[in-house]
Amino acid sequence: MPGLGASFGRGGATDFLQALQHADCILIEGSSMAEAHPVGFRWVMKAKERGAKIIHVDPRFGRTSQLADLHVPIRAGTDIAFLGGLIRHVIETEAYFREYVVAYTNASTILRDDFEDTEDLGGVFSGFDPDTARYDQTTWGYAEGAPRDDTLQHPRCVFAVLRRHFARYTPEMVQRVCGISPQDFQEVADALVHNSGRERTTTLCYAVGWTQHTAGVQVIRAGSILQLLLGNIGRPGGGIMALRGHASIQGSTDIPTLFDILPGYISMPHACEGGLSLRDHIDAHGKQRGWWSHFDTYLVSLLKAWFGDAATADNDFGFGHLPKLTGTHAHFSTMLRAIDGGVDGLFVMGQNPAVGSQHAGLQRRALASLKWLVVRDLAEIETATFWKDGPEIESGELRTQDIATEVFLMPAAAHVEKEGTFTNTQRLLQWRDKALEPPGDARSELWFMHHLAKRVRAHYAASANERDWPIRNLTWDYPEHGDTREPDAEAVAREINGYDVMSGAPLPDFTALRNDGSTACGCWIYSGYFKDGVNQARRREPGDLSAPGGWVSPEWGWAWPLNRRILYNRASADPEGRPWSERKRYVWWDEQQSRWTGYDVPDFPVDKRPGYEAPRDALAMDAISGDDPFIMMPDGRGRLFAPAGLVDGPLPTHYEPFESPVDNLIHPDFHMNPGAMKWQRPENPYHATGDPRYPIVVTTFRLTEHHTAGAMSRNLPWLAELQPEMFAELDPALAADRGIEDGGWMVVETARGEIEARAKVTPRIRPLKIDGRVVHQICLPWHWGFTGEVRGDITNDLGALSGEPNVGIQESKAFSCNVRAGRRTRPSTARLAGARLDRPVRPDEDDPPAEYESEIT
Amino acid sequence: MTTRASPSEIAIQAAGAERMGFFTDTTVCIGCKACEVACKQWNDLPADGATFDKGGSYDHTGSLSASTWRHVRFIEIAEATPQAREDAARRLEAGDGGRVPDIPAAWGGARGGGDTPNGGATGDLDLVALASERSEAVDVAAAVAAMDDWIFMSDVCKHCTNAGCLDACPTGALIRTEFETVVLQADVCNGCGYCIPACPFGVVARDPDDGRAAKCTLCYDRLQDGLEPACAKSCPTDSIQFGPYDELVGLAARRVGMLHSRGMRDAYLYGAGDDPDQQLAGGLGAFFLLTRPPERYGLPAHADSPVQENLVPATIAAYGAALLAAAGAAAAFLAATRRPPGRVTSGARARRRAIRSWRR
Repeated sequence: MPGLGASFGRGGATDFLQALQHADCILIEGSSMAEAHPVGFRWVMKAKERGAKIIHVDPRFGRTSQLADLHVPIRAGTDIAFLGGLIRHVIETEAYFREYVVAYTNASTILRDDFEDTEDLGGVFSGFDPDTARYDQTTWGYAEGAPRDDTLQHPRCVFAVLRRHFARYTPEMVQRVCGISPQDFQEVADALVHNSGRERTTTLCYAVGWTQHTAGVQVIRAGSILQLLLGNIGRPGGGIMALRGHASIQGSTDIPTLFDILPGYISMPHACEGGLSLRDHIDAHGKQRGWWSHFDTYLVSLLKAWFGDAATADNDFGFGHLPKLTGTHAHFSTMLRAIDGGVDGLFVMGQNPAVGSQHAGLQRRALASLKWLVVRDLAEIETATFWKDGPEIESGELRTQDIATEVFLMPAAAHVEKEGTFTNTQRLLQWRDKALEPPGDARSELWFMHHLAKRVRAHYAASANERDWPIRNLTWDYPEHGDTREPDAEAVAREINGYDVMSGAPLPDFTALRNDGSTACGCWIYSGYFKDGVNQARRREPGDLSAPGGWVSPEWGWAWPLNRRILYNRASADPEGRPWSERKRYVWWDEQQSRWTGYDVPDFPVDKRPGYEAPRDALAMDAISGDDPFIMMPDGRGRLFAPAGLVDGPLPTHYEPFESPVDNLIHPDFHMNPGAMKWQRPENPYHATGDPRYPIVVTTFRLTEHHTAGAMSRNLPWLAELQPEMFAELDPALAADRGIEDGGWMVVETARGEIEARAKVTPRIRPLKIDGRVVHQICLPWHWGFTGEVRGDITNDLGALSGEPNVGIQESKAFSCNVRAGRRTRPSTARLAGARLDRPVRPDEDDPPAEYESEIT
Repeated sequence: MTTRASPSEIAIQAAGAERMGFFTDTTVCIGCKACEVACKQWNDLPADGATFDKGGSYDHTGSLSASTWRHVRFIEIAEATPQAREDAARRLEAGDGGRVPDIPAAWGGARGGGDTPNGGATGDLDLVALASERSEAVDVAAAVAAMDDWIFMSDVCKHCTNAGCLDACPTGALIRTEFETVVLQADVCNGCGYCIPACPFGVVARDPDDGRAAKCTLCYDRLQDGLEPACAKSCPTDSIQFGPYDELVGLAARRVGMLHSRGMRDAYLYGAGDDPDQQLAGGLGAFFLLTRPPERYGLPAHADSPVQENLVPATIAAYGAALLAAAGAAAAFLAATRRPPGRVTSGARARRRAIRSWRR
């Protein structure tokens, strides 16, 4: 998400799934789309039927690979090396879409003199502090006045810096690092180049195989750079299709369950000495130009929605009462705080960290450290039964009678038993009506939070304490209906859309928001979905699919922002406003009507002429010229070089995963992403690079038959029987060496734990030649746990806590392990039982406590 | 459209109804199993029980059964197709150095380069070298490319023109609907199991708890309401297509032509478009587009209803034997008593009489 945001301006898929049918080439990497997004994959199949070339780059030959025209096996965690190789190829062979690059990206912008690249400093950028492993980003900026050289010759222009940055990512280097043959590399490069430009477009599809790395955000940046160079962003059948991890997770970042952002990706304020005023926050995070220049209207309208009449200009609209960040409050940090005794209680809703979170054993130990825990789910999931079941109980490390956590299991309504919207992977809101009443006491999330908040408000109603102001003054007057007093979801939706405070009239879109308290809006990017009081997300009108552009179906649901389906679609036309080609016509300038028009809502001020040149000192949207498609950016251009927004570098650089059997061949002095989060604790041992005890690369994947941590699929017999047991995929040579038989039992082990699985010995997994030596990879699905119709060991018991520096996402897609034949001889997390120094140690008679490696070279 | 049902079938006639069928195109199947689950959900079928199938790739269902009416097969191929062989031969002729790949399907017991015991520190095998070792005539690139093949196929009742199950059923539980599909009426079935060996495709089975046989109905209840079958509706890539039979056959033939023109020359239709003397069971109401020999999918290369296969010769033989016996008896009788011969009744005609009288 930040990778896309830092490149283009918004953190969301730039295209929509139906547009894939018009791609001439589709590169799927970091995703097994046919398995994880089978319904969305139909659009890839439609493209294939029209002659598109489908390429699947993945460590594993899965169901997606079978339908692709080319499968390229790659070592897990080396995507930046591969993409960097493609970037280098496109630059060196001059295969980039030059007009697009010069006009629509920051390729020509000249950087400051004191910026130094990883090529200058052996693996880090200028401003790196080795003590804190953090960057001072001052030197990453543009030169004074952001001058440009449209010939791209200036040695300090972004294009030249980019070229130099990736100069060593040759096909030979790609082969050494990734295990990809020069022939396969060439075939992919040729396909991308041939299918980009005026007449043809290529789409990149990715999922968590790219994001769940300690350099995950930079992988997305590399894909973004490649697509900008090829001129595919904003074009039909082009763009970057970010395939989100599960249903409505896009919605759960838009109206966030993330600790560090407010609805609409507004930054959460940080605590600081002397307090923080609204003005301070706006100045820090607003921008002078582009749509973020109206940041104040979005934030003030949000505060009005939350605090209603109590929010006035005099009290900063209640801004001071918002909770402030004191550090990272992300999942892993919070669970570790629980273990250390700093968290009293936890609500776990629609999540199963006992199975689904990295280092699952540590998650369960954290649950046992809480005073109380509320779990809301459809079934009795592992997170609710850790106190009586699971590897730690089995090993005796935790004893039920010693666990003080009071666990409340609240039944949840299923998705057909409640109303509301799903926001799917392409930013599309689709309203669902309730089809039937939930059984018994099962309730929707909306019901739960609504009634919980009512009780909390009642509890503090008489309090004079200043700290309780936000609770007392929350606007919470949603109408209730039915026997269960279900809150009216459409009332919430109207608040999200925004309304005029005086009249209550719904706002048409976010341009109507004001910073003076006259408007209220729960989420500015969703503003417009209740335009004219009509629930636009409820629409299911496909329209005339055979008409020109009819395939966009703008009346099916509602996409943010403003129902734009392809973002940055101004870039589908040239600087003069004409489509790049007839074949790829999408949005264009209509001279007669003096407005932008086309198959989609233009992602551009509709009456801004193509030829408008922004004056030097212009502000806000006036600073965006008529040929600046990336309107969220201050200069209106897509960013090959990202001077701001990411903490670990303005350009992607190959680093190894935090655990790897291989050294960093490109930057030997910096093995892994320097800014990656590490937790050096006895409970969290890491493997050293090249540790001979763990020579095998392990990656994880998903099956179509199961869903994430399994609560929704392992409890359903029809799904459980399709994939009844936990298994591991490995190549025949490795199996033969270890004496592992297809269908037999095998054990996968790391310093954190060991799990048993049925072996799937298959040539679909191939060993790779990395820098001359053979490296084996195994692939693990992660859907099994210790409750449910079908049970199995928990893959996440193997991983250590690790975090990408921008968003904290864990590196579960590449780490190291070892395998052996046979079954587990002790509980999966027993080897860490002795690591909890202040708990009773249960010595394991078979095995003395191992010595833990806690360093990464 | 004329009915193709054999005259001895119990068949429902309805004005305006035409033959409906399935065209399952395996080249666009993604192996998602939505069909398998949608079918169970619509028909409220029980799960069969979750057992891990050791050699079953991603298929743990195993086969069609009384409670599984759509079953997705997964077949991992580790040998060259005829086309791959052709391509390799052509490359060899062109001097590209390719040879026909010859990697055996099974890898068991392979050891090489550094015989280390279980879990050795450097127990890595060079698969590339191993492959070269096994045969000096192996083109590794081609061999590896030929290994990348994984077949997904959604198997279903074929709703045959010559339906073995229907012909064998003694109770009339199995009938031909107005859509010319074959449907098993559970309330008539007595669990005799005659239908089971009569199906050349191994489709119909008996429920071990219930005792009765059951199989795909081509969602007869949905068809009667103008809806498409649950599996076809749920298939995200339209691998399962449903519609009037003749239209489907035409569509499928065009699809094969298109694949051939794109170089996929191994594509063909299984169960439709054959010459009359080559047909499978007289033509399958649910037919397939395949790219390998049928045995690869667990399908027979030749199939027919056992009763109909044997019916004509058996009838002739029966008639012949009966006539002979009658003639012999008559002659003996004449010789003995000079009385006129009685009327003989053959088995088949007696059955038809019985059926006609039942239908009244």
